Amino acid sequence: MSHYRYQRLTDAIVEAATYPVRLLRGAARSAKKDVLWALQDVNFSIAEGEAIGLIGANGAGKSTLLKILSRITEPTTGKAIIYGRVGSLLEVGTGFHPELTGRENTYLSGAVLGMRRQDIDRRFDEIVAFAEVERFIDMPVKRYSTGMYLRLAFSVAAHLEPDILLVDEVLAVGDASFQKKSLGRMEGVVGEGRTVVLVSHSMPTISSLTRRCLWLDQGRLLEDGPTADVVRKYISHVATSMGGSTGRVNLHDHPRISPHQHAREIEFDQICLRNRQGQITSAFFESEPVHLEVRVVAHKSVDLVEIRAYVKSIDGTWLFSVPSGKREVSLGEGSHTIRTQFDPCFLRPGKYFITLMLGTGIPQDAIEAAAYFEVEHSPAGYDDVVWRATSFGAMKFDYRWDDWLKPESKDSVTAGLG
Amino acid sequence: MTQERAVTRKPSITIKPSPRWVPLNLAEVWEYRSLLVFLAWRDVSVRYKQTALGVAWAVIQPLLTMIVFSVFFGRLIKVPSDGVPYPVFSYAALLPWQYFSTALASASQSLITDEKLVTKIYFPRLIIPLASIIPPVVDFGAAFVILIGLMIFYGIPVTGRLLLLPVLMVLAATAALGLGLWLSATNVRYRDFRYVVPFVIQFWLFVSPVAYPSSVVPEQWRLIFGLNPMTGVIEGFRWALLSTDTAPGPLILVSALISLLTLVSGAYYFRNMERSFSDII
Repeated sequence: MSHYRYQRLTDAIVEAATYPVRLLRGAARSAKKDVLWALQDVNFSIAEGEAIGLIGANGAGKSTLLKILSRITEPTTGKAIIYGRVGSLLEVGTGFHPELTGRENTYLSGAVLGMRRQDIDRRFDEIVAFAEVERFIDMPVKRYSTGMYLRLAFSVAAHLEPDILLVDEVLAVGDASFQKKSLGRMEGVVGEGRTVVLVSHSMPTISSLTRRCLWLDQGRLLEDGPTADVVRKYISHVATSMGGSTGRVNLHDHPRISPHQHAREIEFDQICLRNRQGQITSAFFESEPVHLEVRVVAHKSVDLVEIRAYVKSIDGTWLFSVPSGKREVSLGEGSHTIRTQFDPCFLRPGKYFITLMLGTGIPQDAIEAAAYFEVEHSPAGYDDVVWRATSFGAMKFDYRWDDWLKPESKDSVTAGLG
Repeated sequence: MTQERAVTRKPSITIKPSPRWVPLNLAEVWEYRSLLVFLAWRDVSVRYKQTALGVAWAVIQPLLTMIVFSVFFGRLIKVPSDGVPYPVFSYAALLPWQYFSTALASASQSLITDEKLVTKIYFPRLIIPLASIIPPVVDFGAAFVILIGLMIFYGIPVTGRLLLLPVLMVLAATAALGLGLWLSATNVRYRDFRYVVPFVIQFWLFVSPVAYPSSVVPEQWRLIFGLNPMTGVIEGFRWALLSTDTAPGPLILVSALISLLTLVSGAYYFRNMERSFSDII
């Protein structure tokens, strides 16, 4: 596909009129050079009933691929053969009009998405119930809160019954509880044996819904394989491009938090993250230990050293710190390696980064986001999926619920209170 | 799935680049006809939900225009009106004219207005301009009621010629759609076309026999004058409603031919531009 400039008729006329002049000047071939291939050499096949994830950075071509499969955009070359009806969920609220009521919009949107009138009739109550907007269904949609609007829009689309469902990142709508419901609905769709292609930036969602994953990067298919493998490779790649090599970051030239007045006596040189096997990596499964190995370089002997590692979530929230405390330890000139670990890693799947601080009684060095790492789902059975989707928060600990009180133990309760 | 499923051969679609010359594929438009109905219904509903004046506007516009015309053209300038009172004369023309101009304006903007649908859903894009020429029929209906009132007021009898009206409306729709297809497809690429349309419609109003009869046009120019499809429609309307003398047989034939040509060429042009719509809209 090539990119078109927003052209005005006057431009086109001028371009045509000046053609003879440009031809003479040898500058006739003008706009053809800004051709960008959104997708190139992408080949794959999907069997009936497979749930496939499609991941990649923004601009990789994922949406374009879905648009081609949805017949919205035409391929420049190549072909695709599709068996069965396709339903596309490329955006929430397609076909919705603010002036119409929820009921009218449900019918309209359903029709636009390809449902027949009788299908909509049949599933109308289900759609409305899923969206939890029964009371407001006959109000104009412009009066809905954003949440209600999104829920209804998603609900209509989620009740399509196509053979193949193409979903482009629409599972992130709504609040936490609705997202959980949406995820459940998607699982239902997969369970019904429909083929699903899911584009998402959420690795946890991809991991829980799909068994096979395609990784697109700048229009090319980089990986096509089991989700766990592809996701791990993708994460490592992301961590790499976000700073330093995978799991090992050279901090020598890394930007510091604040320039110090005095020259540093001791500073960070490198940080390494290792997994249980000792391999350097930036991807960890949940409940696996995360080992931190920090190398510092002392420019002269120091007696009192304190290191702190802070772990923050990807949005900058300070989660916890791992301070060493002031250690009366003599560190001679040269480099030293200091290790720590959190074992097991009680962080929930997601991206995190580590901020480091070093001091000798006075602050010496501080680096924000020295290293990134990602925690991902342990590969587990299908049953675990729903459970996992309901736990929220950044951390996860081992816990248990104590015995539920039985009626006979009433005495022990009063005894306890007495 | 515990039991083996028989491999069902589902219908397949092959997605590939369009051939150089894209066929019309009207069969697919027929397949998606319920979407056409829904879109038309949507536009009609929305139109009349938005304002209390909604339905009234459909009547006020031709009514006020007729009044202004009657005062300036009818009374002051004394434009001839084929033997019928000027107000009815002009109103009978304003009715199809209003339909045509509204339908043309809607159709030319239709793709841009429904940009979201074009970029997110698959369906034959011809449906969009096709749906846009339906809502103005409702306006026409409302204004027609007033026409009946006017005819009663002026004591003009209703004849069997009325049966010609639906045919003429189809003709007007064909003309509006044909040109609308050309304009809507071009508008996607060259956005300044939207400023061209209101001007063209304004100009067209004066070139059509709305405020005056075709009889004022000298003989030698009649043929060229008749190339305007609305000439045939308007004269036909007057003949059918007001029993004017001018039997517009040949005029209607010419109009029909021109409209059909515009429609077919417009449809092919539209289909061949279609592949780039979702990219450049």
